[in-house]
Amino acid sequence: MPISEWRTDDHRIQEPECKGEERMSDVAAQPAPSLLANGWIRTGLITAAVIAAIAIGARIDPSGTIHKVFVDPFQQMVEAPDLLAQTVWEGLVSGVLYALIALGFVLIFKASGVFNFAQGIMVVFAALTLVGLHEKGVPAFLAVILTLGVMFVLAATIERVVLRPLVNQPDIILFMATFGITYFLIGFGESVFGGNPKQMITSELYLPKGAIDAKILGGLVSFQKIDIAAAVIASLMIAALAVFFQYTRIGRALRAVADSHKAALSVGISLNQIWVIVWFTAGIVALITGIMWGARSDVSFALEIVALKALPVLILGGFTSIPGAIVGGLIIGIGEKLGEFYWGPLIGGGIESWLAYFIALGFLLFRPQGLFGDKIIERI
Amino acid sequence: MFYREAGQFKSTYSADMAVFPIRQDRIGIAVILGIAFVAIPMLGDDFFISSVMIPFLVFSLAAIGLNILTGYTGLISLGTAAFMGVGAYSCYKLTTIFPGVNIIVLILVSGLFSAAVGVFFGLPSLRIKGFYLAVATLAAQFFLQWAFVRVPWLFNYNASGAIEVPQRLLFGLPVTGATASPETRYFVCLGLVVILTWFASNLVHGKIGRSWMAVRDMDIAAELMGIKLLNAKLLAFAVSSFYAGVAGAMMIFFWYGTAEAADVFNIRLSFNILFMVIIGGLGSLIGSFLGAAFLSILPTALKFGLPALGVPLTGATAEHVTFMLVGALIIVFLIVEPHGLARLWQIGKQKLRTWPFPY
Amino acid sequence: MMKSSMIKGVALGALLAAGAVVAPASAQDTIYFSNNAYRTGPFSGSGIPIGDGMRDYISMINERDGGVNGVKIVYEECETGYDTKKSIECYEQVKSKTIVYSPWSTGATLAAIPRAHVDKLPILSMAYGLSASADGTSFPWVFIPPLTYWDGASVMVKHMAAELGGMDKLKGKKLGLIHLDAPFGKEPIPVLESLAKKYGFELKLYPVAAADMQNQGSLWLSIRRDRPDFLYNQGWGAMNPTAVKEAIKNNFPINKLVGVWWAGGDDDARAGGAEAKGYRSLNFNAAGQDFPVIQDILKHVVEKGKSTTPKEKVGENLYNRGVYNSMLVVEAIRTAQKLTGKKVITPEDMRRGLENLNIDEARLREIGMAGFASPVKVSCTDHSGHHKAYVAEWDGAKWTRKGDWIEPMKEEVRPLIEAAAKDYVEKAGNWPKRTESCEKSS
Repeated sequence: MPISEWRTDDHRIQEPECKGEERMSDVAAQPAPSLLANGWIRTGLITAAVIAAIAIGARIDPSGTIHKVFVDPFQQMVEAPDLLAQTVWEGLVSGVLYALIALGFVLIFKASGVFNFAQGIMVVFAALTLVGLHEKGVPAFLAVILTLGVMFVLAATIERVVLRPLVNQPDIILFMATFGITYFLIGFGESVFGGNPKQMITSELYLPKGAIDAKILGGLVSFQKIDIAAAVIASLMIAALAVFFQYTRIGRALRAVADSHKAALSVGISLNQIWVIVWFTAGIVALITGIMWGARSDVSFALEIVALKALPVLILGGFTSIPGAIVGGLIIGIGEKLGEFYWGPLIGGGIESWLAYFIALGFLLFRPQGLFGDKIIERI
Repeated sequence: MFYREAGQFKSTYSADMAVFPIRQDRIGIAVILGIAFVAIPMLGDDFFISSVMIPFLVFSLAAIGLNILTGYTGLISLGTAAFMGVGAYSCYKLTTIFPGVNIIVLILVSGLFSAAVGVFFGLPSLRIKGFYLAVATLAAQFFLQWAFVRVPWLFNYNASGAIEVPQRLLFGLPVTGATASPETRYFVCLGLVVILTWFASNLVHGKIGRSWMAVRDMDIAAELMGIKLLNAKLLAFAVSSFYAGVAGAMMIFFWYGTAEAADVFNIRLSFNILFMVIIGGLGSLIGSFLGAAFLSILPTALKFGLPALGVPLTGATAEHVTFMLVGALIIVFLIVEPHGLARLWQIGKQKLRTWPFPY
Repeated sequence: MMKSSMIKGVALGALLAAGAVVAPASAQDTIYFSNNAYRTGPFSGSGIPIGDGMRDYISMINERDGGVNGVKIVYEECETGYDTKKSIECYEQVKSKTIVYSPWSTGATLAAIPRAHVDKLPILSMAYGLSASADGTSFPWVFIPPLTYWDGASVMVKHMAAELGGMDKLKGKKLGLIHLDAPFGKEPIPVLESLAKKYGFELKLYPVAAADMQNQGSLWLSIRRDRPDFLYNQGWGAMNPTAVKEAIKNNFPINKLVGVWWAGGDDDARAGGAEAKGYRSLNFNAAGQDFPVIQDILKHVVEKGKSTTPKEKVGENLYNRGVYNSMLVVEAIRTAQKLTGKKVITPEDMRRGLENLNIDEARLREIGMAGFASPVKVSCTDHSGHHKAYVAEWDGAKWTRKGDWIEPMKEEVRPLIEAAAKDYVEKAGNWPKRTESCEKSS
């Protein structure tokens, strides 16, 4: 192996570790502004050195690993911009869907401090209820309303049976309780609706079909109408949630609860009511997510696994931030699609399953509280 | 009344610090070991030993491992299954590279590999904690599971992609492979679990264990008292992954036999072991056993026990009911006793101590 | 500390033992057959129709004929959820009772193979499981008729050649393999690699992680970039409908996407809507209700309300696959009864029955399956037979046959199978030598 290559590798490995040690030593002290500035300069210098080393390495050995990892993919991006655009679009769409699942988590975490593992199964459950009702002959829009009713009953039941008796328990206990909810809903859903995969009733809900093929960037980029619809509906819903939180009485109460349970209680806000509302809101989000994912593949219990993808989005975006969930979702979506498409083939493909977590971990090294999370995470 | 400590005097410090300072506890342990070593192999049939007891032992060990990390050091991990997988795959590689070495030695050595991987994935714990760390450990879960499928060297380039467990002898008796009788496999598992539990018990009651608990209860205070957080946390990851790795190797070699191991060590398994720890009781070795017993035996008991009792539950319905019951029981247990089964055990002891009076 | 759990455990053990004692008592004039089913979990979409088909055929035999030569078959399902742990539990539970183990998952088959050779219990893994187990000399207790995944891959290559107009046209073409990133999905790779070398086509691999079964966006972008001429889909469960949808979305010609036989579920194709018309999959049983055997099932079982299968689901492709599997079981029982002269057979007899299974055209007609499947013959050394498969096409509402039955490239596959079997036996260390004698007739 040429010396230059060895050196660059060495640099890359050592760099984050050095930084980690460095940060650790100045934990207790408040970081002074000058120190921060120094840190930035140093980061910049190291980055520049790494880039230079990579460039030299790639020049020396055009067919070597460095070239394949650091030059080839970018060349591909430039050579086929239509594919790049398509990849980014695909990433955006799945990012929106990840963000929707993550949003459900965030809503509940903010209001009740519960890390709701059951959000994934709630997505499946909502979609199954909708499709199952429609199969039984209920008209589509009535089925949507009935499904919302079911989600409300679910929220109220969870509040009454699970949350209220467990109030004031440690976080991990509540977290475990949501596992219990997950198991229960899997068994319940399957026994009521059966395990067969079902088709999402897209046309009955007036969701568009087909694609818009745009001849741009010297090729063809196709935009699925259902994906566009998903993006639009997601944005509308997020806007609606923002308005709801910002301007309504309940929204203000929700924010009060998120800030401090005790203070909210002392001014007469009923925690129990708020929890029902929040879980119901998460149920609505779950239904919309379920419709969108279901339209992309089908409605089955396998969707529950996809929901795990929301977890790296959460570390990236922070557990308590709605904008964080959205931006995090988009970053993870685009990042993993680009990674899988351009770098995946180098190591055999299929890296999508873990890439999202590594992207999130990489961010964590620099911002332990996530992109927009509250800075209450104790740094150690 | 039944559990009286009165009259048991300690004349040395070491006697006072013993793991089982009370005579009744020592008798209890002896009885349990007697049941485990004598009664169960004599009374249980093949199905009971190979599908109930061996899984229970394997899960107990894995739960002890996770309890060291989560219960004693306060770091949540959702990657236990992957660390178990590392143990299983390293043990498989070791048996092919060193065919002559005793299988027990190899299983313990494979735990060391798992420990090393665990330390690596434990590095983020220096920066983050709580749920953030839990999600970060999922990176280990998904990455390692991917590697188990993707790196053919790990499964000796077998066309089937599965770990094919070879036959190994111990004192002239086959202990792995299909010819090993359930009783032999059970005894080996039991032996390993008893020794490793004894070791874990000494660890958590000693200096290291107390430094872990200090970190769990308040890390800044622990640091001020001179406990090196870096060392304590990484050691916890190492020991925890060691136990998980040994459990994983045992799982494949003494229970599954030949298996598509990448699929076995999936995220469901990680979650299940976390359930066991929490239902059993965080920071309690007894709890690890109780939790493992509850969650590994309950589904099997429901599935095969209910039809035997005459409850007409078959196939899919049984599975649905099992899911619902397990879910409901988790919630009920958390509501009734959030500190886990271990706490119920303590309450029981207290009741026995004062019986027949309430106080 | 563990006392309470142990006592509970012992009580449970006693209870289970009691259950085990009761069951064989009623098995005097019946044959017990336990089938692993998965009506729950992420793969239940494929598992339910198969389980229905298997159950209904056995019920039909019991209802119409009063069993096999007068011996009723007691059919039970053991639910696995496609989970290896539960499959092993099922194996341990049924091994002393059932005459044949029907694992219904490649993972379960792999785990059962070493055990079955010790417990002397035949395994019938119909066109799934370990391809190497087609070697009867090394694996006397495992049967994998009518063909293996490796045969399937070679049929795919032949189909591709036929579409292109000859084996020589394969040169320079690209075949993409979409596969579940698990041992099941990776099965066809060695054969496809060796055939690619021989015929000069390029093989591209597109792995799908189990967690991303319904999230194949980037994979299909790679397919768009590589532009393979044909795609072979070795998928299962929720992965298949997603693949069909993505192919349509990405304007991949749907008739160039060919699934393995397990990717040929009606629900898989239906997911793509009208545009899925033309989706293909390999097959070894016919779909539809127009066969005497299916009519009998309708008449004797479904219409009498003795089945939970909805009438319109009878005759779906995977349902008929289940029927086919049960037919193999029943015919093997018949063969075993003929060989031994006994009515109630043992697993040992069942092994002989499976090994001498010979269902020719005439026999297929007798059991109402003319045109339903191709003849099957298993021999002492060849536990698969490497039988023909055909390419089925989705016409928008049902699966239809497209073209003739295609022989797999046995001459390519067989040496690979024997080498793999040898490798398996060597790695396992003292693998039991075959002691079971071959029948004279075969």
